[in-house]
Amino acid sequence: MTEQASTAPLLELKNIETHYGPVMAIRGVSLNVPAGQVVAVLGANGAGKTTVLKTISGAMEPQKGSVAFGGQNISGWAPDRVARLGVGHVPEGREVFPFLTVEENLRMGAYSRKDAGVKDDLELVYGYFPSLAERRRLAAGFLSGGQQQMLAVGRALMLRPALMLLDEPSLGLSPRLTHDIAEIIARLNAEQGVTLLLVEQNAKMALDLADYGYVMELGRVVMEDTAARLKDATDIKEFYLGMKEEGVRGRRRWKARKTWR
Amino acid sequence: MEVLQLLISGLSLGCVYGLIALGLVLIYKATETVNFAQGEVMMLGAFLAYTFVNVLGWPFALGFVATLAVMGVVGALLERVLMRPMLGEPPFAALMLTIGLGFVLRAIAGAAWGNEPHTLRTPFAGDVLRFGELVVGTENIAIVLGTAILCGGLYLFFRFARVGIALQAASQNQLAAFYVGIPVQRVFALVWALSAMVAATAGVLVAPVSLIDPLMGFIAIKAFAAAIVGGFGSLPGAIVGGLIVGVVEQFASRYLPPGFGDTSAYIILLVMLVARPEGIFATLQRKKV
Ligand SMILES: Nc1ncnc2c1ncn2[C@@H]1O[C@H](COP(=O)(O)OP(=O)(O)OP(=O)(O)O)[C@@H](O)[C@H]1O
Ligand SMILES: [Mg+2]
Repeated sequence: MTEQASTAPLLELKNIETHYGPVMAIRGVSLNVPAGQVVAVLGANGAGKTTVLKTISGAMEPQKGSVAFGGQNISGWAPDRVARLGVGHVPEGREVFPFLTVEENLRMGAYSRKDAGVKDDLELVYGYFPSLAERRRLAAGFLSGGQQQMLAVGRALMLRPALMLLDEPSLGLSPRLTHDIAEIIARLNAEQGVTLLLVEQNAKMALDLADYGYVMELGRVVMEDTAARLKDATDIKEFYLGMKEEGVRGRRRWKARKTWR
Repeated sequence: MEVLQLLISGLSLGCVYGLIALGLVLIYKATETVNFAQGEVMMLGAFLAYTFVNVLGWPFALGFVATLAVMGVVGALLERVLMRPMLGEPPFAALMLTIGLGFVLRAIAGAAWGNEPHTLRTPFAGDVLRFGELVVGTENIAIVLGTAILCGGLYLFFRFARVGIALQAASQNQLAAFYVGIPVQRVFALVWALSAMVAATAGVLVAPVSLIDPLMGFIAIKAFAAAIVGGFGSLPGAIVGGLIVGVVEQFASRYLPPGFGDTSAYIILLVMLVARPEGIFATLQRKKV
Protein backbone atom coordinates (compact mmCIF):
# COMPACT_ATOMS: atom_id res chain seq x y z
CA MET A 1 0.00 0.00 0.00
CA THR A 2 2.60 2.51 1.10
CA GLU A 3 4.93 1.30 -1.56
CA GLN A 4 2.32 1.85 -4.18
CA ALA A 5 1.72 5.39 -2.97
CA SER A 6 5.41 6.21 -3.13
CA THR A 7 5.77 4.92 -6.67
CA ALA A 8 2.51 6.49 -7.87
CA PRO A 9 3.03 9.40 -10.24
CA LEU A 10 2.50 12.95 -8.97
CA LEU A 11 -0.30 13.40 -11.46
CA GLU A 12 -2.41 10.62 -12.84
CA LEU A 13 -5.25 10.96 -15.34
CA LYS A 14 -7.37 7.89 -15.79
CA ASN A 15 -9.53 7.69 -18.83
CA ILE A 16 -10.96 11.19 -18.62
CA GLU A 17 -13.74 12.43 -20.88
CA THR A 18 -14.50 16.14 -21.03
CA HIS A 19 -17.27 17.92 -22.92
CA TYR A 20 -17.96 21.46 -24.08
CA GLY A 21 -21.73 21.26 -23.94
CA PRO A 22 -22.56 18.52 -26.45
CA VAL A 23 -19.07 18.50 -27.95
CA MET A 24 -16.81 15.80 -26.57
CA ALA A 25 -13.37 17.32 -26.61
CA ILE A 26 -11.50 14.64 -24.64
CA ARG A 27 -12.37 11.04 -25.42
CA GLY A 28 -10.73 8.94 -22.78
CA VAL A 29 -7.25 10.23 -22.02
CA SER A 30 -4.94 8.59 -19.53
CA LEU A 31 -1.57 10.03 -18.70
CA ASN A 32 0.97 10.02 -15.91
CA VAL A 33 3.38 12.66 -14.77
CA PRO A 34 6.02 11.25 -12.41
CA ALA A 35 7.40 13.62 -9.79
CA GLY A 36 10.44 15.56 -10.90
CA GLN A 37 9.99 14.88 -14.59
CA VAL A 38 9.07 16.97 -17.60
CA VAL A 39 6.24 15.46 -19.61
CA ALA A 40 5.24 16.89 -22.98
CA VAL A 41 1.87 16.73 -24.69
CA LEU A 42 1.97 17.27 -28.43
CA GLY A 43 -0.82 17.51 -30.94
CA ALA A 44 -2.29 19.56 -33.73
CA ASN A 45 -4.69 22.47 -33.21
CA GLY A 46 -7.90 21.30 -31.64
CA ALA A 47 -6.46 17.97 -30.50
CA GLY A 48 -7.61 18.72 -26.96
CA LYS A 49 -4.36 19.64 -25.25
CA THR A 50 -5.69 22.78 -23.61
CA THR A 51 -8.80 20.95 -22.51
CA VAL A 52 -6.67 18.31 -20.79
CA LEU A 53 -4.88 21.02 -18.81
CA LYS A 54 -8.19 22.70 -17.96
CA THR A 55 -9.52 19.40 -16.72
CA ILE A 56 -6.48 18.92 -14.51
CA SER A 57 -6.68 22.38 -12.98
CA GLY A 58 -10.43 22.15 -12.43
CA ALA A 59 -11.57 24.80 -14.89
CA MET A 60 -13.52 22.00 -16.53
CA GLU A 61 -15.07 18.99 -14.94
CA PRO A 62 -14.54 15.57 -16.52
CA GLN A 63 -17.73 13.64 -17.20
CA LYS A 64 -15.86 10.41 -16.75
CA GLY A 65 -12.54 9.26 -15.39
CA SER A 66 -10.42 10.64 -12.60
CA VAL A 67 -7.66 13.13 -11.95
CA ALA A 68 -5.38 12.26 -9.06
CA PHE A 69 -2.73 14.59 -7.69
CA GLY A 70 -0.29 13.23 -5.12
CA GLY A 71 -2.51 10.20 -4.72
CA GLN A 72 -5.60 12.31 -3.95
CA ASN A 73 -8.60 12.30 -6.26
CA ILE A 74 -9.16 15.91 -7.28
CA SER A 75 -11.67 15.47 -10.10
CA GLY A 76 -14.39 18.08 -9.85
CA TRP A 77 -12.48 20.35 -7.48
CA ALA A 78 -12.80 24.09 -8.04
CA PRO A 79 -9.70 25.49 -9.77
CA ASP A 80 -8.71 27.77 -6.90
CA ARG A 81 -8.68 24.76 -4.59
CA VAL A 82 -6.52 22.78 -7.01
CA ALA A 83 -4.12 25.72 -7.22
CA ARG A 84 -3.83 25.87 -3.45
CA LEU A 85 -2.79 22.23 -3.57
CA GLY A 86 0.33 23.28 -5.49
CA VAL A 87 -0.69 23.13 -9.14
CA GLY A 88 0.47 26.21 -11.04
CA HIS A 89 -1.27 26.74 -14.36
CA VAL A 90 0.24 28.95 -17.05
CA PRO A 91 -2.73 29.19 -19.39
CA GLU A 92 -2.70 29.47 -23.15
CA GLY A 93 -2.35 33.06 -24.33
CA ARG A 94 -0.66 34.62 -21.28
CA GLU A 95 -3.63 35.57 -19.18
CA VAL A 96 -2.14 38.28 -16.99
CA PHE A 97 -4.08 40.82 -14.93
CA PRO A 98 -3.69 43.74 -17.34
CA PHE A 99 -4.36 46.68 -15.01
CA LEU A 100 -2.28 45.36 -12.12
CA THR A 101 1.42 46.08 -12.04
CA VAL A 102 3.97 43.38 -12.75
CA GLU A 103 4.70 43.09 -9.05
CA GLU A 104 1.02 42.95 -8.10
CA ASN A 105 0.54 40.19 -10.67
CA LEU A 106 3.36 38.24 -9.09
CA ARG A 107 2.04 38.82 -5.58
CA MET A 108 -1.35 37.56 -6.68
CA GLY A 109 0.44 34.38 -7.72
CA ALA A 110 1.25 33.90 -4.05
CA TYR A 111 -2.25 34.84 -2.88
CA SER A 112 -2.92 31.55 -1.15
CA ARG A 113 0.43 31.43 0.60
CA LYS A 114 0.75 32.48 4.21
CA ASP A 115 4.48 31.82 4.66
CA ALA A 116 7.21 34.44 4.88
CA GLY A 117 9.04 33.27 1.78
CA VAL A 118 7.01 35.36 -0.68
CA LYS A 119 9.49 38.20 -0.69
CA ASP A 120 12.39 35.86 -1.47
CA ASP A 121 10.40 34.20 -4.21
CA LEU A 122 9.70 37.57 -5.80
CA GLU A 123 13.43 38.11 -6.04
CA LEU A 124 13.84 34.57 -7.35
CA VAL A 125 11.36 35.26 -10.15
CA TYR A 126 13.06 38.56 -10.94
CA GLY A 127 16.31 36.61 -11.06
CA TYR A 128 14.88 34.29 -13.67
CA PHE A 129 13.25 37.15 -15.60
CA PRO A 130 15.38 40.30 -15.32
CA SER A 131 13.20 42.09 -17.86
CA LEU A 132 10.32 41.86 -15.39
CA ALA A 133 12.44 43.28 -12.60
CA GLU A 134 13.00 46.43 -14.65
CA ARG A 135 9.25 46.84 -15.05
CA ARG A 136 7.86 45.97 -11.62
CA ARG A 137 5.71 49.09 -11.42
CA LEU A 138 4.40 48.86 -14.97
CA ALA A 139 0.84 47.69 -15.64
CA ALA A 140 1.05 44.18 -17.07
CA GLY A 141 -1.09 45.19 -20.03
CA PHE A 142 1.77 47.37 -21.23
CA LEU A 143 4.23 44.49 -21.44
CA SER A 144 5.14 42.91 -24.75
CA GLY A 145 3.72 39.50 -25.56
CA GLY A 146 6.94 37.75 -24.60
CA GLN A 147 7.20 39.67 -21.34
CA GLN A 148 3.60 38.80 -20.54
CA GLN A 149 4.42 35.14 -21.12
CA MET A 150 7.32 35.42 -18.69
CA LEU A 151 5.04 37.15 -16.21
CA ALA A 152 2.51 34.32 -16.49
CA VAL A 153 5.27 31.78 -15.83
CA GLY A 154 6.64 33.86 -12.97
CA ARG A 155 3.19 34.27 -11.47
CA ALA A 156 2.64 30.49 -11.47
CA LEU A 157 6.07 30.08 -9.89
CA MET A 158 5.01 32.32 -7.00
CA LEU A 159 2.68 29.56 -5.89
CA ARG A 160 5.74 27.40 -5.21
CA PRO A 161 4.02 24.72 -7.25
CA ALA A 162 4.83 21.05 -7.03
CA LEU A 163 3.41 20.72 -10.53
CA MET A 164 3.32 23.33 -13.22
CA LEU A 165 1.05 23.12 -16.26
CA LEU A 166 2.44 25.08 -19.19
CA ASP A 167 0.15 25.67 -22.17
CA GLU A 168 2.16 26.58 -25.26
CA PRO A 169 4.67 28.87 -23.58
CA SER A 170 6.42 29.43 -26.90
CA LEU A 171 3.26 30.62 -28.67
CA GLY A 172 3.98 33.77 -30.63
CA LEU A 173 7.52 34.13 -29.32
CA SER A 174 10.54 34.79 -31.50
CA PRO A 175 13.02 31.90 -31.86
CA ARG A 176 15.31 33.65 -29.41
CA LEU A 177 12.64 34.14 -26.78
CA THR A 178 11.49 30.57 -27.34
CA HIS A 179 15.02 29.45 -26.65
CA ASP A 180 15.14 31.63 -23.53
CA ILE A 181 11.89 30.31 -22.17
CA ALA A 182 12.93 26.71 -22.90
CA GLU A 183 16.10 27.33 -20.94
CA ILE A 184 14.15 28.71 -18.02
CA ILE A 185 11.76 25.78 -18.06
CA ALA A 186 14.72 23.42 -17.90
CA ARG A 187 16.17 25.41 -15.00
CA LEU A 188 12.89 25.42 -13.09
CA ASN A 189 12.83 21.67 -13.32
CA ALA A 190 16.47 21.25 -12.35
CA GLU A 191 16.86 23.99 -9.74
CA GLN A 192 13.40 24.27 -8.19
CA GLY A 193 12.45 20.64 -8.58
CA VAL A 194 9.17 21.60 -10.25
CA THR A 195 7.44 18.79 -12.09
CA LEU A 196 6.24 19.99 -15.47
CA LEU A 197 3.46 19.10 -17.84
CA LEU A 198 4.26 20.95 -21.03
CA VAL A 199 1.83 21.41 -23.90
CA GLU A 200 3.48 22.55 -27.09
CA GLN A 201 3.06 22.95 -30.82
CA ASN A 202 6.79 23.40 -30.99
CA ALA A 203 7.57 19.69 -30.84
CA LYS A 204 11.29 20.10 -31.13
CA MET A 205 11.49 22.40 -28.16
CA ALA A 206 9.13 20.23 -26.11
CA LEU A 207 10.88 16.94 -26.87
CA ASP A 208 14.28 18.47 -26.18
CA LEU A 209 13.05 19.44 -22.72
CA ALA A 210 10.91 16.46 -21.87
CA ASP A 211 11.62 13.05 -20.40
CA TYR A 212 8.43 11.57 -21.74
CA GLY A 213 5.83 12.60 -24.28
CA TYR A 214 2.26 12.01 -25.36
CA VAL A 215 0.81 12.74 -28.78
CA MET A 216 -2.87 13.66 -28.95
CA GLU A 217 -5.24 13.62 -31.88
CA LEU A 218 -8.97 14.35 -31.84
CA GLY A 219 -9.26 14.06 -28.09
CA ARG A 220 -7.29 10.84 -27.73
CA VAL A 221 -3.73 9.85 -26.95
CA VAL A 222 -2.47 8.19 -30.11
CA MET A 223 1.14 7.70 -29.14
CA GLU A 224 3.30 7.85 -26.03
CA ASP A 225 6.93 7.13 -25.45
CA THR A 226 10.13 8.51 -24.05
CA ALA A 227 10.99 11.85 -25.56
CA ALA A 228 14.13 10.45 -27.15
CA ARG A 229 12.22 7.75 -28.98
CA LEU A 230 9.40 10.10 -29.99
CA LYS A 231 11.97 12.33 -31.63
CA ASP A 232 12.93 9.44 -33.85
CA ALA A 233 9.41 8.26 -34.61
CA THR A 234 8.65 8.96 -38.25
CA ASP A 235 5.13 10.22 -37.63
CA ILE A 236 6.35 12.88 -35.29
CA LYS A 237 8.97 13.90 -37.77
CA GLU A 238 6.32 14.23 -40.41
CA PHE A 239 3.59 16.02 -38.52
CA TYR A 240 5.33 18.06 -35.92
CA LEU A 241 8.91 18.55 -36.90
CA GLY A 242 8.02 19.48 -40.46
CA MET A 243 10.21 16.91 -42.18
CA LYS A 244 7.98 15.72 -44.95
CA GLU A 245 7.97 15.59 -48.72
CA GLU A 246 6.03 18.31 -50.42
CA GLY A 247 3.58 16.14 -52.36
CA VAL A 248 2.07 14.41 -49.39
CA ARG A 249 1.98 17.68 -47.57
CA GLY A 250 -0.20 19.18 -50.23
CA ARG A 251 -2.68 16.40 -49.77
CA ARG A 252 -2.71 17.00 -46.05
CA ARG A 253 -3.56 20.63 -46.62
CA TRP A 254 -6.43 19.75 -48.83
CA LYS A 255 -7.74 17.36 -46.22
CA ALA A 256 -7.45 19.92 -43.50
CA ARG A 257 -9.32 22.33 -45.70
CA LYS A 258 -12.41 20.16 -45.73
CA THR A 259 -12.86 20.79 -42.05
CA TRP A 260 -12.93 24.56 -42.50
CA ARG A 261 -16.18 26.17 -41.54
CA MET B 1 -24.90 83.21 -5.27
CA GLU B 2 -27.88 81.26 -6.46
CA VAL B 3 -25.58 79.44 -8.85
CA LEU B 4 -23.32 78.43 -6.01
CA GLN B 5 -26.32 77.34 -3.98
CA LEU B 6 -27.58 75.17 -6.81
CA LEU B 7 -24.13 73.79 -7.39
CA ILE B 8 -23.86 72.65 -3.79
CA SER B 9 -27.25 70.98 -3.69
CA GLY B 10 -26.53 69.44 -7.10
CA LEU B 11 -23.22 68.06 -5.90
CA SER B 12 -24.72 66.56 -2.78
CA LEU B 13 -27.53 64.95 -4.75
CA GLY B 14 -24.95 63.82 -7.30
CA CYS B 15 -22.94 62.15 -4.54
CA VAL B 16 -25.95 59.97 -3.75
CA TYR B 17 -26.40 59.02 -7.40
CA GLY B 18 -22.69 58.43 -7.56
CA LEU B 19 -22.69 56.11 -4.55
CA ILE B 20 -25.53 54.02 -5.96
CA ALA B 21 -23.74 53.95 -9.31
CA LEU B 22 -20.56 52.91 -7.52
CA GLY B 23 -22.33 49.92 -6.03
CA LEU B 24 -23.66 48.98 -9.46
CA VAL B 25 -20.28 49.27 -11.11
CA LEU B 26 -18.54 47.28 -8.36
CA ILE B 27 -20.81 44.32 -9.01
CA TYR B 28 -20.76 44.76 -12.76
CA LYS B 29 -16.99 44.92 -13.00
CA ALA B 30 -16.47 41.83 -10.93
CA THR B 31 -19.33 39.60 -11.99
CA GLU B 32 -20.67 41.16 -15.21
CA THR B 33 -24.12 41.27 -13.69
CA VAL B 34 -26.14 44.48 -13.49
CA ASN B 35 -27.95 44.57 -10.19
CA PHE B 36 -31.29 46.21 -10.96
CA ALA B 37 -32.18 45.97 -7.29
CA GLN B 38 -29.36 48.29 -6.19
CA GLY B 39 -31.84 51.05 -5.32
CA GLU B 40 -33.88 48.63 -3.24
CA VAL B 41 -30.74 47.49 -1.43
CA MET B 42 -30.16 51.15 -0.60
CA MET B 43 -33.77 51.45 0.60
CA LEU B 44 -33.34 48.40 2.82
CA GLY B 45 -30.23 49.94 4.33
CA ALA B 46 -32.11 53.16 5.08
CA PHE B 47 -34.97 51.26 6.74
CA LEU B 48 -32.51 49.25 8.82
CA ALA B 49 -30.84 52.42 10.03
CA TYR B 50 -34.29 53.83 10.80
CA THR B 51 -35.08 50.72 12.84
CA PHE B 52 -31.84 50.84 14.81
CA VAL B 53 -31.84 54.59 15.45
CA ASN B 54 -35.50 55.65 15.62
CA VAL B 55 -37.25 52.47 16.73
CA LEU B 56 -34.63 50.90 18.97
CA GLY B 57 -33.24 54.27 20.01
CA TRP B 58 -29.57 53.41 19.47
CA PRO B 59 -27.08 56.24 19.08
CA PHE B 60 -26.72 57.21 15.43
CA ALA B 61 -23.10 56.04 15.08
CA LEU B 62 -23.89 52.64 16.52
CA GLY B 63 -27.01 52.33 14.39
CA PHE B 64 -25.03 53.22 11.28
CA VAL B 65 -22.28 50.70 11.97
CA ALA B 66 -24.88 48.03 12.71
CA THR B 67 -26.60 48.88 9.42
CA LEU B 68 -23.33 48.47 7.54
CA ALA B 69 -22.66 45.15 9.22
CA VAL B 70 -26.13 43.74 8.54
CA MET B 71 -26.14 45.02 4.96
CA GLY B 72 -22.73 43.46 4.39
CA VAL B 73 -24.14 40.11 5.42
CA VAL B 74 -27.27 40.68 3.34
CA GLY B 75 -25.14 41.49 0.28
CA ALA B 76 -22.98 38.39 0.72
CA LEU B 77 -26.08 36.25 1.19
CA LEU B 78 -27.66 37.64 -1.98
CA GLU B 79 -24.57 36.54 -3.89
CA ARG B 80 -24.43 33.15 -2.22
CA VAL B 81 -28.11 32.29 -2.37
CA LEU B 82 -29.36 34.07 -5.49
CA MET B 83 -26.51 34.86 -7.85
CA ARG B 84 -24.16 31.92 -7.46
CA PRO B 85 -26.66 29.33 -8.72
CA MET B 86 -27.01 31.55 -11.80
CA LEU B 87 -23.41 30.82 -12.76
CA GLY B 88 -23.32 29.30 -16.20
CA GLU B 89 -26.90 30.40 -16.96
CA PRO B 90 -27.38 33.08 -19.61
CA PRO B 91 -26.62 36.57 -18.22
CA PHE B 92 -30.21 37.49 -18.99
CA ALA B 93 -31.42 35.13 -16.25
CA ALA B 94 -29.34 36.90 -13.63
CA LEU B 95 -30.69 40.29 -14.76
CA MET B 96 -34.29 39.11 -14.47
CA LEU B 97 -33.47 37.75 -11.06
CA THR B 98 -32.22 41.12 -9.82
CA ILE B 99 -35.32 42.85 -11.22
CA GLY B 100 -37.45 40.35 -9.33
CA LEU B 101 -35.36 40.92 -6.23
CA GLY B 102 -36.26 44.63 -6.43
CA PHE B 103 -39.97 43.80 -6.37
CA VAL B 104 -39.52 41.44 -3.46
CA LEU B 105 -37.51 43.93 -1.41
CA ARG B 106 -40.11 46.67 -2.00
CA ALA B 107 -42.88 44.32 -0.90
CA ILE B 108 -40.94 43.25 2.19
CA ALA B 109 -40.24 46.85 3.13
CA GLY B 110 -43.88 47.80 2.62
CA ALA B 111 -45.01 44.95 4.83
CA ALA B 112 -42.41 45.52 7.53
CA TRP B 113 -42.33 49.31 7.76
CA GLY B 114 -45.44 50.49 5.92
CA ASN B 115 -45.68 52.65 2.85
CA GLU B 116 -45.73 56.08 4.47
CA PRO B 117 -42.48 58.02 4.54
CA HIS B 118 -40.23 57.94 7.58
CA THR B 119 -37.65 60.39 8.78
CA LEU B 120 -34.33 59.05 9.99
CA ARG B 121 -33.07 60.79 13.11
CA THR B 122 -29.54 61.91 12.26
CA PRO B 123 -27.11 64.23 13.98
CA PHE B 124 -26.43 66.00 10.71
CA ALA B 125 -29.85 67.06 9.46
CA GLY B 126 -32.02 70.11 9.77
CA ASP B 127 -29.31 72.62 10.52
CA VAL B 128 -27.69 75.15 8.24
CA LEU B 129 -24.24 76.61 7.98
CA ARG B 130 -23.90 80.19 6.73
CA PHE B 131 -20.94 81.37 4.73
CA GLY B 132 -21.82 85.03 4.21
CA GLU B 133 -24.89 84.93 2.02
CA LEU B 134 -24.47 81.28 1.24
CA VAL B 135 -26.69 78.94 3.25
CA VAL B 136 -25.79 75.29 3.21
CA GLY B 137 -27.84 72.54 4.82
CA THR B 138 -25.76 70.37 7.11
CA GLU B 139 -27.22 67.26 5.48
CA ASN B 140 -25.69 68.39 2.19
CA ILE B 141 -22.31 68.79 3.82
CA ALA B 142 -22.71 65.38 5.44
CA ILE B 143 -23.48 63.79 2.08
CA VAL B 144 -20.43 65.28 0.39
CA LEU B 145 -18.13 64.50 3.31
CA GLY B 146 -19.50 61.00 3.73
CA THR B 147 -19.04 60.28 0.05
CA ALA B 148 -15.50 61.64 0.07
CA ILE B 149 -14.55 59.53 3.09
CA LEU B 150 -16.11 56.41 1.60
CA CYS B 151 -14.35 56.92 -1.73
CA GLY B 152 -11.05 57.52 0.02
CA GLY B 153 -11.50 54.33 2.00
CA LEU B 154 -12.38 52.35 -1.10
CA TYR B 155 -9.39 53.77 -2.94
CA LEU B 156 -7.04 52.65 -0.16
CA PHE B 157 -8.73 49.27 -0.04
CA PHE B 158 -8.33 48.62 -3.75
CA ARG B 159 -4.85 50.04 -3.90
CA PHE B 160 -3.23 48.44 -0.89
CA ALA B 161 -5.31 45.66 0.68
CA ARG B 162 -4.40 42.19 -0.56
CA VAL B 163 -8.07 41.31 -0.86
CA GLY B 164 -8.71 44.56 -2.69
CA ILE B 165 -6.06 43.75 -5.27
CA ALA B 166 -7.37 40.19 -5.53
CA LEU B 167 -10.78 41.67 -6.19
CA GLN B 168 -9.38 43.72 -9.06
CA ALA B 169 -7.57 40.64 -10.35
CA ALA B 170 -10.77 38.60 -10.31
CA SER B 171 -12.62 41.28 -12.22
CA GLN B 172 -9.85 41.68 -14.80
CA ASN B 173 -9.36 38.01 -15.55
CA GLN B 174 -11.58 35.58 -13.74
CA LEU B 175 -10.02 32.37 -15.00
CA ALA B 176 -6.49 33.54 -14.23
CA ALA B 177 -7.68 34.50 -10.75
CA PHE B 178 -8.91 30.96 -10.24
CA TYR B 179 -5.60 29.59 -11.53
CA VAL B 180 -3.52 31.55 -9.03
CA GLY B 181 -5.68 30.25 -6.19
CA ILE B 182 -7.84 33.29 -5.43
CA PRO B 183 -11.14 32.01 -4.01
CA VAL B 184 -13.10 33.83 -6.69
CA GLN B 185 -16.55 32.92 -5.41
CA ARG B 186 -15.76 34.23 -1.96
CA VAL B 187 -14.36 37.38 -3.56
CA PHE B 188 -17.63 37.86 -5.44
CA ALA B 189 -19.58 37.51 -2.21
CA LEU B 190 -17.31 40.20 -0.80
CA VAL B 191 -18.07 42.45 -3.78
CA TRP B 192 -21.79 42.09 -3.17
CA ALA B 193 -21.24 42.81 0.52
CA LEU B 194 -19.22 45.93 -0.28
CA SER B 195 -21.76 47.06 -2.81
CA ALA B 196 -24.61 46.64 -0.33
CA MET B 197 -22.65 48.60 2.29
CA VAL B 198 -22.01 51.42 -0.16
CA ALA B 199 -25.71 51.45 -1.05
CA ALA B 200 -26.69 51.49 2.62
CA THR B 201 -24.38 54.45 3.18
CA ALA B 202 -26.09 56.24 0.31
CA GLY B 203 -29.46 55.44 1.84
CA VAL B 204 -28.49 56.81 5.25
CA LEU B 205 -26.94 59.93 3.75
CA VAL B 206 -29.92 60.70 1.53
CA ALA B 207 -32.54 59.90 4.18
CA PRO B 208 -32.70 63.43 5.62
CA VAL B 209 -33.17 64.84 2.11
CA SER B 210 -35.58 62.39 0.53
CA LEU B 211 -37.29 60.58 3.44
CA ILE B 212 -37.45 56.80 3.66
CA ASP B 213 -40.18 54.81 1.96
CA PRO B 214 -40.32 51.58 -0.01
CA LEU B 215 -40.20 53.44 -3.32
CA MET B 216 -37.12 55.55 -2.55
CA GLY B 217 -35.00 53.01 -4.47
CA PHE B 218 -36.35 54.32 -7.75
CA ILE B 219 -33.74 57.08 -7.73
CA ALA B 220 -31.38 54.28 -8.76
CA ILE B 221 -32.68 54.80 -12.30
CA LYS B 222 -30.77 58.07 -12.30
CA ALA B 223 -27.78 56.24 -10.90
CA PHE B 224 -27.88 53.98 -13.96
CA ALA B 225 -27.62 57.06 -16.10
CA ALA B 226 -24.73 58.22 -13.92
CA ALA B 227 -22.96 54.88 -14.22
CA ILE B 228 -23.29 54.87 -18.01
CA VAL B 229 -22.15 58.48 -18.28
CA GLY B 230 -19.12 57.47 -16.24
CA GLY B 231 -18.35 54.54 -18.52
CA PHE B 232 -20.00 51.68 -16.58
CA GLY B 233 -16.85 49.98 -15.51
CA SER B 234 -14.95 52.79 -13.90
CA LEU B 235 -15.34 53.44 -10.18
CA PRO B 236 -14.24 57.10 -10.32
CA GLY B 237 -16.41 57.39 -13.43
CA ALA B 238 -19.46 56.35 -11.42
CA ILE B 239 -18.91 59.18 -8.93
CA VAL B 240 -18.16 61.76 -11.61
CA GLY B 241 -21.18 60.61 -13.61
CA GLY B 242 -23.31 60.96 -10.48
CA LEU B 243 -22.04 64.47 -9.84
CA ILE B 244 -22.77 65.50 -13.44
CA VAL B 245 -26.30 64.12 -13.32
CA GLY B 246 -26.95 65.71 -9.91
CA VAL B 247 -25.68 69.16 -10.84
CA VAL B 248 -27.39 69.27 -14.23
CA GLU B 249 -30.62 68.14 -12.62
CA GLN B 250 -30.55 70.98 -10.10
CA PHE B 251 -29.83 73.60 -12.73
CA ALA B 252 -32.41 72.18 -15.13
CA SER B 253 -35.18 72.23 -12.57
CA ARG B 254 -34.34 75.84 -11.69
CA TYR B 255 -33.79 77.39 -15.10
CA LEU B 256 -35.65 75.16 -17.58
CA PRO B 257 -39.41 74.67 -17.96
CA PRO B 258 -41.03 72.25 -15.48
CA GLY B 259 -40.32 68.61 -16.22
CA PHE B 260 -36.78 69.12 -17.39
CA GLY B 261 -35.38 68.59 -13.91
CA ASP B 262 -36.50 65.01 -13.58
CA THR B 263 -35.79 64.09 -17.18
CA SER B 264 -32.39 65.76 -17.35
CA ALA B 265 -30.62 62.55 -16.29
CA TYR B 266 -31.98 60.77 -19.34
CA ILE B 267 -31.26 63.69 -21.62
CA ILE B 268 -27.64 63.60 -20.46
CA LEU B 269 -27.66 59.88 -20.99
CA LEU B 270 -28.96 60.23 -24.55
CA VAL B 271 -26.47 62.95 -25.35
CA MET B 272 -23.68 60.82 -23.94
CA LEU B 273 -24.76 57.72 -25.82
CA VAL B 274 -24.74 59.65 -29.07
CA ALA B 275 -21.65 61.76 -28.51
CA ARG B 276 -19.47 59.42 -26.52
CA PRO B 277 -21.04 56.00 -26.06
CA GLU B 278 -18.07 54.59 -24.21
CA GLY B 279 -18.45 57.05 -21.32
CA ILE B 280 -16.17 59.79 -20.09
CA PHE B 281 -13.69 57.52 -18.46
CA ALA B 282 -13.36 55.19 -21.38
CA THR B 283 -10.11 56.58 -22.77
CA LEU B 284 -8.44 55.76 -19.52
CA GLN B 285 -9.78 52.26 -19.69
CA ARG B 286 -8.99 51.72 -23.30
CA LYS B 287 -5.46 52.83 -22.73
CA LYS B 288 -5.16 50.44 -19.84
CA VAL B 289 -6.29 47.45 -21.89
N1 LIG C 1 -15.01 26.95 -25.41
C1 LIG C 1 -15.23 25.93 -26.24
N2 LIG C 1 -16.48 25.61 -26.62
C2 LIG C 1 -16.72 24.57 -27.45
N3 LIG C 1 -15.77 23.79 -27.96
C3 LIG C 1 -14.50 24.05 -27.63
C4 LIG C 1 -14.17 25.13 -26.76
N4 LIG C 1 -12.82 25.15 -26.60
C5 LIG C 1 -12.35 24.13 -27.35
N5 LIG C 1 -13.34 23.48 -27.96
C6 LIG C 1 -13.20 22.31 -28.83
O1 LIG C 1 -12.54 21.30 -28.13
C7 LIG C 1 -11.56 20.67 -28.91
C8 LIG C 1 -10.21 20.71 -28.22
O2 LIG C 1 -9.83 22.05 -28.04
P1 LIG C 1 -8.50 22.47 -27.29
O3 LIG C 1 -8.54 23.93 -27.06
O4 LIG C 1 -8.32 21.60 -26.11
O5 LIG C 1 -7.41 22.12 -28.39
P2 LIG C 1 -5.83 22.34 -28.34
O6 LIG C 1 -5.22 21.01 -28.54
O7 LIG C 1 -5.43 23.08 -27.12
O8 LIG C 1 -5.61 23.23 -29.63
P3 LIG C 1 -4.55 24.42 -29.88
O9 LIG C 1 -3.25 23.78 -30.18
O10 LIG C 1 -5.10 25.12 -31.06
O11 LIG C 1 -4.52 25.26 -28.67
C9 LIG C 1 -11.57 21.40 -30.25
O12 LIG C 1 -12.24 20.57 -31.17
C10 LIG C 1 -12.32 22.65 -30.01
O13 LIG C 1 -13.10 22.99 -31.13
MG1 LIG D 1 -4.60 24.90 -26.80
